[in-house]
Amino acid sequence: MDEKIILKYTDIPEQKNIDTYIKNGGYKALQRALSEYKPDEIIHLVDKSGLRGRGGAGFPTGKKWSFIPQNIPLPKYLVCNTDEGEPGTFKDREIIEGDPHLVIEGIAISSYAIGAHKAYIYIRGEFAKGAEILTRAINQAKEKGFIGENILGLGFDFDIDVYRGAGAYICGEETALLDSIEGKRAMPRLKPPHPVAKGLYSSPTVINNVETLANVPRIIENSAEWFAGIGTPHSTGTKIFCISGDVNNPGVYEVPMGTPLKELLEMAGGIKDGKKLKAFFPGGPSTPILTSAHLNVGMDFESLKKIGSMLGSGAIIVLDEDRSIIKTVARLTEFYRNESCGKCSPCREGTDWLLKVYQRIIDNKGKKEDIDLLLNICEDIYGTTFCPLGDAATMPVISSIKYFRKEYEEYINGKCSNINN
Amino acid sequence: MENINILVEKELRDILKKYDYPRSAILPMLHFIQKKYGSISKKDVEIIADLIGINPTEIESVLSFYSMFNTGSSAKYIIYACSNISCEFKGAGEIITFLENRLHIKVGQTTGDGKFALRTVECLAACSHSPVIQINDIYYEHMTIEKMEKIISEMEK
Ligand SMILES: Cc1cc2nc3c(=O)[nH]c(=O)nc-3n(C[C@H](O)[C@H](O)[C@H](O)COP(=O)(O)O)c2cc1C
Ligand code: SF4
Ligand code: FES
Repeated sequence: MDEKIILKYTDIPEQKNIDTYIKNGGYKALQRALSEYKPDEIIHLVDKSGLRGRGGAGFPTGKKWSFIPQNIPLPKYLVCNTDEGEPGTFKDREIIEGDPHLVIEGIAISSYAIGAHKAYIYIRGEFAKGAEILTRAINQAKEKGFIGENILGLGFDFDIDVYRGAGAYICGEETALLDSIEGKRAMPRLKPPHPVAKGLYSSPTVINNVETLANVPRIIENSAEWFAGIGTPHSTGTKIFCISGDVNNPGVYEVPMGTPLKELLEMAGGIKDGKKLKAFFPGGPSTPILTSAHLNVGMDFESLKKIGSMLGSGAIIVLDEDRSIIKTVARLTEFYRNESCGKCSPCREGTDWLLKVYQRIIDNKGKKEDIDLLLNICEDIYGTTFCPLGDAATMPVISSIKYFRKEYEEYINGKCSNINN
Repeated sequence: MENINILVEKELRDILKKYDYPRSAILPMLHFIQKKYGSISKKDVEIIADLIGINPTEIESVLSFYSMFNTGSSAKYIIYACSNISCEFKGAGEIITFLENRLHIKVGQTTGDGKFALRTVECLAACSHSPVIQINDIYYEHMTIEKMEKIISEMEK
């Protein structure tokens, strides 16, 4: 069964070239969108498809687009979020490097739908190769008349700019991203106003993830009903999962939403060295950790929520039976400490305290009370911060203590069997 | 020397022209300077501030927010070793220790001849190819100590 929608052609090296892309059916959806549909009809179609954002929060895409005010005299912008920084996530890089025109076509159609004549691809600074591939693809698309004035003679003017970040995880947060493009220190903005009302340069702006936008041409090509028929009723379509850690074949796996974790692990060749699964992050470290008791969970928004976690960015990080939970969570805590933008004190100070306590535990100077201290610090962070990064930092801590409290206790008592892993 | 500056200024002006909002040109200008000279000097900051029409401290403030920009002297090869968990699980720690011993520096330092600098970084979004090392702009994947040794000795030449 070939269920691939996005990664259908990414293994073909020539797919980057516009001629191959067109030969494989590319840019037909754009032609069709501009000639057969009014902008609001596209929004309606995407809404009907059930497509939800693939950047982490799962917000319904058609609904987000419908919030863009149409009767105000301001330009509108579309931003493709290519900051991909959540540890364990590497799907957007695969998409833009493997099939850049699919993303460009998705951006063009989505821009038409919301009435934006200018789009930005905000790409993390480290993706020098990706930025080059996208820039080349954009130039090819301009030559063929898919980008520029009066696209395909159908009356829509449209331009794309590739905008490079420079190393800061927080730029993936949509309002920090906007500040970054505006040439400021990238610190999250207070919401509301949401970017759809007041975004880039104070104009209405839609921000979508790469994978979200790459689905749009497919929905136009096939139909909203076709898309809605894949996956589960509330998580439609496919999802690209990035599997890394202790598996035999780490990589990207595109499967229908709702596919059980167990099947995905099998696709990734199972746990390395014939070991057993201990735990996994289902959607990156910002999503609560789960254990081998959750092997049968369907990988979709609702099923994961039901068992107290989240789909996040789809980064499945696998820990085998010998991995130290404490050292793993300590390293992730260091990540959040390093990447906190410093704007609000619960996150700035809280992540630093968490790390200090972990450091103490790892140095065998931990006290019994440290476990509750960690939880108390998390309580002070959760719900008190300016942007979701603060909450995210508490997820691995709280969830790991929930499932592995005994290992924390044993580690602190110096009786942990896998103290060296 | 003067000529070079005039040329660079022209390119910076071209970048500025691309943006309706001048401040949006800051990051692209900084990238341009860093690509050309390896790092960004006080003088560069002043030139950019002048072109955009804001105070140099505002440029400094933006510059210091991002981890990729170098100020001060820069190494010919900057080695960024990913040390987040997916790479760590696959032996990133050993690669980093190897590099420290091989180059006789610690993470965060630069070799005496200014050739290599070693830094650890967060996830580079290439975890299925871990451990991952980035040297200047290029990713090196599935790193092993043997591969690392080969790359370093090649760069030492
Ligand atoms: C700290 C933080 C980092 C984020 N990083 C990314 C990212 O790298 N890529 C992304 O698409 N969304 C990221 N997001 C989510 C965005 O804020 C935003 O919700 C998303 O881009 C919207 O697109 P979607 O509706 O298509 O998912 C991040 C959010 C937070 C709080
Ligand atoms: S929660 Fe953290 S990252 Fe977000 S605004 Fe506050 S300090 Fe910055
Ligand atoms: S953890 Fe190293 S590339 Fe992701």
